[in-house]
Amino acid sequence: MSGQTTIDPGELIACPVCDALHRDQTVPPHSTARCVRCGTVLAAPRKGAMTQITMLAATALILMVAAVVFPFLELQARSLSQKASVLDAVLAFSQGLMAPLSLAVAFLIVLLPAARYLALIYALAPMALGWHPARHAKAVFGWAERIKPWAMAEIFIIGVAVALVKVAGLARVELGPAFWAFSALVVVTIIQDNYICRLTVWKTLEERSRF
Amino acid sequence: MENAGRTQPVLTAQAAGLVGCRACGRVNPQRAKVCARCGGELCPNDPAALQRVWAWLAAGLIAYVPANIYPMLRTSTLGRTSENTLIGGVVELFSHGAYGVGLIVFVASIVIPVAKFIAIAYLAVSVRRPSVPGDHKRLVLFEVVEFIGRWSMIDVFVVAILSALVQLDFAASINPGAAAVSFALSVAFTMLAAQSFDPRLIWNANERVHA
Repeated sequence: MSGQTTIDPGELIACPVCDALHRDQTVPPHSTARCVRCGTVLAAPRKGAMTQITMLAATALILMVAAVVFPFLELQARSLSQKASVLDAVLAFSQGLMAPLSLAVAFLIVLLPAARYLALIYALAPMALGWHPARHAKAVFGWAERIKPWAMAEIFIIGVAVALVKVAGLARVELGPAFWAFSALVVVTIIQDNYICRLTVWKTLEERSRF
Repeated sequence: MENAGRTQPVLTAQAAGLVGCRACGRVNPQRAKVCARCGGELCPNDPAALQRVWAWLAAGLIAYVPANIYPMLRTSTLGRTSENTLIGGVVELFSHGAYGVGLIVFVASIVIPVAKFIAIAYLAVSVRRPSVPGDHKRLVLFEVVEFIGRWSMIDVFVVAILSALVQLDFAASINPGAAAVSFALSVAFTMLAAQSFDPRLIWNANERVHA
């Protein structure tokens, strides 16, 4: 850059992956801004994203309740049958020394995804309605972003598919309503995450906190 | 988004005496400890942070050893009990002709964990050597490792579902083995190793050469 510039750091953004500086400009909806050096998506705003994310997170939360409450799978072999709910899958490790793994599985497939939906609703619903951000909205959204890799609902459902193939030869398996609720929840979560543009959310939270 | 200096080598926040936030992209003054936009903790891209990567990676490797030695599943059918290790489960799937699923499980539980250890170690070593070419390829490698790491948890979920579902008393029952715990720990530690790696270091090494 030429000489000592007096550019305000607030007008720049640094690529989170390679640290390259870019001048921060308004990105029109439905277009994507990428880093010039590494190609990382810097911003990809969508029209009405805040409303969409809030609605989708609320949908996913309701589906999660259904997935935990309703029967998940039922195994039938001759006269014997065994029902399993999502809770049973969590409690599979509850005997003896493996108990901490039960707790970990509970967090990975139920508690963290549910907490993330709640956090997104808490931080973004006021944005969707055009209100002032809720208290600690920034910390809550930052937390939702940090736990994202640990919310493993979609990995669980693929695990179910693998398990079904494994027992398919052994017995008949009936899919309960909770299975479909959980599958729908995964699809809804993927759509929801597609709507989240981190930069736009942070800037909106920042601007709305000012007044 | 326009680049701040397209004709010259890319100017980074660090080179400009600033600190970029990895969560929200805000550029902060060098001495700032907390990001002005998102309130997140700022960390300069310092190679010393690699120590954390090595520590998590070592923990992941250590946990992966018992995951392969101890049984993942205990299956009892009509009073006969058999134990399956990670590799054993894959061999059994193949012997039943379930090549597709067998391949998925083989890739998820053997190929991906081993490839991840090698990839993270390679990345951590390469940023110390300024002569390593292929910034973009290493970035792609990092992104693949970060994306795929959590999918290894699928094995733990399969064990959880099978153990919850196949409980037909004397006829057939499946119970989890000790390897499930160490495998879950190994996956979690490797995820933490990948998360502690700062991708900005990939580009840093080359900047020191150009400077």
